[in-house]
Parts: sequence; C-alpha cells; structure tokens
Amino acid sequence: MIALLIRDMRLAFRAGGGFGLGLAFFLILAVLVPLGVGPERGTLALIAPGILWVGALLACLLSLDRIFALDYEDGSLDLLATAPVPLEGVVSIKALAHWLTTGVPLVLVSPVLGLLLNLPVPAYGWLLLSLTLGTPALSVIGTFGAALTVGLKRGGLLLSLLVLPLYIPTLVFGAEVVSRGAQGLAVGTPLALLAGITAGAVALLPFASAHVIRINLR
Amino acid sequence: MSLKVTDLACARGGLPLLEGVSFVLEPGQALVLRGPNGCGKTTALRTIAGLQPATAGTFDFLPDSIAYAGHADGLKATLSVTENLTFWAAIYGTSGIDHALDRMNLRQLADRAAQNLSAGQKRRLGLARLMVTGRPAWVLDEPTVSLDAASVALFAEVVRAHLAAGGMALMATHIDLGLPEARVLDLGPYKARMPEPSSGFDEAFL
Repeated sequence: MIALLIRDMRLAFRAGGGFGLGLAFFLILAVLVPLGVGPERGTLALIAPGILWVGALLACLLSLDRIFALDYEDGSLDLLATAPVPLEGVVSIKALAHWLTTGVPLVLVSPVLGLLLNLPVPAYGWLLLSLTLGTPALSVIGTFGAALTVGLKRGGLLLSLLVLPLYIPTLVFGAEVVSRGAQGLAVGTPLALLAGITAGAVALLPFASAHVIRINLR
Repeated sequence: MSLKVTDLACARGGLPLLEGVSFVLEPGQALVLRGPNGCGKTTALRTIAGLQPATAGTFDFLPDSIAYAGHADGLKATLSVTENLTFWAAIYGTSGIDHALDRMNLRQLADRAAQNLSAGQKRRLGLARLMVTGRPAWVLDEPTVSLDAASVALFAEVVRAHLAAGGMALMATHIDLGLPEARVLDLGPYKARMPEPSSGFDEAFL
C-alpha cells in the first residue's frame, strides 16, 4: 500500500506526471479574475471566497482523469486488481495520492491568491481550514468519477459531467465558511456540514469506486 | 495445491465464447491453450485470474495462488526497470529483485527508464515481474509477443525452473515455446453455442 502511494507520488513529480497542472490553473484564475472584474476592492472582497473555492474545485477536476486512465491503459490496473491488495485500499491510496499532489498544494497557495483577490483579513484562517477539510472530499468523489469512466476512451467530458453535481455540496458549504468568516459571522454549521461530507465520502465512496472498477475491468 | 477448472463457461461483452472447458494442472505441470484468434483464450485466462466472473463452472484453487500477466505489461514509462520491479515486489510482499533481473537478462538495463526500452525488453521486464510475485500459478496471455528467439529460449528456461520448483503455468500462445513437457489444450472444440434468437415480443423491449 505504501509502495503504491510512493509510486503514484513519484510518477506525479516526474516529467509529464501532471503535478502543478492544477496549481497553475488556480494561479491563472486568481490572477485573471481581478483583471476581468476590475479593481474595485469591495467587489473583489465580496466574490473572493467563491472564486477561490471554484478555482480549487476546477483545479482538482483537471487532473481527475489521470487517476485511473493511465493505469488502465498500461495494464497496471488489471495487475493491481489481481494483486494481494484489496481494491478498496488501492482506490483509497489513489485518492490520497491525488489529494497530496493536487489538494495540498492548492491549500498551501490559497492564502497568497487570497491576497490577489483582496480577501478580508479574518477570512484567511477559515479559507485554509475549509480547503483543508473540503479538498479530501473533492479527491475522493473525483476518484469515484474516474472509476466510473475508467474504460472509456476520452472519458474526460463524461467524468466532469458526472462529478460536478457531486461537488456542489462541498462547494456551497466550503465557500459559505469563508464568506461567513470574512464577515465575522459564526461558521460552525457550514464547517460541520463540510467536515461531514468529507468524512462520509472518505468512509463510503472507496467501496463504491472499487466495485465499479471491478465491473469496468470485465 | 493444484489448479482445477471444471466446466468453465465464459462470455465477452455479453457474447458466450467458451463452454465446458475442464482441466487439472498439478504442481510442476504446464498447459498451453491454443485456438484461432477470437476463440476466447484471453477471456478464459482473465476469468481464471478473477478479473471477470465465469458464466458457469467451478474453480478449485486458491485465488491467492495466481499471478496474471496480460497483453499489457503494466510498466510505468517514467520509472526505471528497478523501480518498476521493486514496486511489484512490494505489492506482492516479496523482496529481492536481483534474481529476476539476472534470469531475464535485465541487469544492464536496471537503471534505464521503461520508456527507453525496446518492445522486447519491456516484455522481458513484464515477465520478470512474474518472478517477483512469488506465486505458484502463472497465468500468461501471449507471453512471447515481441520476444526474439534468444529471449523465448530464456523465458522457456525460466518457466522450466518455475515448474521444477513446484509451480504451474497456464499459457495462451501461438508459437512453440520449446517446452515439450507442456500439455496442449485446443479451445476450438469448446466454442459456445450461440443462444437461440428470441422471437418474443416482450424481449424486443428489453
């Protein structure tokens, strides 16, 4: 299991591994939005939480189709399915590797990009906390979508269409935490719901993902 | 510890391909599956490896005894030969890839990235993976594709050593491996009968 995590991380950081793709997208979005919206600081501060969360979500989406498609094409997925590791574990490790290479960098750069978007000062802590709590759900739900589309050629479009509705609750509560935090309101309820979504997704979806992979490999 | 398959029937994409396939493989034995293209060799092997369910029939072997090698080698292009093999050894909980490197003549290529290997060298690496699984029953789908004559002989030698150590090998191949002790099972006669086309009115809507 650890070997699989190390392999996936190593592959992500090697040439053509896709590390930095989501990060670059997130950066571009945060730089372009102020240029497009205009320099009114009030407007930017108002939309910053939503923009940052949408940016993180789309950045996650970019690299989802790589999770299983590459392993499917070169036959590794067949071999992993017949190896003495539970497929549920393989799926969880893949989601964890995706989170470590995509989600964690997004969380770490988000305060810098918040600066570009004139995010109010009290919101920075909540931005970090909400992204830390929410991005694992994005990775796990995305892994499920990738598992559903694993056998399809150019399944990227279908994957996005399948995953986007499942991302909406995370987005709603995540952005709500940040915008409430920016206004100095209580954030307990959306934060609890966000954490609940993540906990539920992490606990349940690997079983569903492993099952659809078994079906897709037939 | 033997590999026993009784009355296996399998289908591909909803189309029945084979039925009534039975064989027993004892330790130290090899069985070569033959048959024309599309007769169901790959499907039978994938079914036995547990990648798809059989439509009928019984298996009598431990699922944990099988190491499967399909058409694709499962190599990662940006990892080196050593890294690829070490990964699979770790997944199967074995250690020591030196033996496999030496036997498949990969020692000189150990540090080269898999993307820079030739097709035959990739195949040799894919077959070396079998040796690090530590599993007794090898299920191989066209193991000799893109291997040159010397490498085929090398591979036959590896299979013979595996059999001598009490292992089993089930292979689908078209060429003569130089393994006279291997039995041959022609899958041609086991072709499944086509299901009767239904003329039912209700079925037309299903």
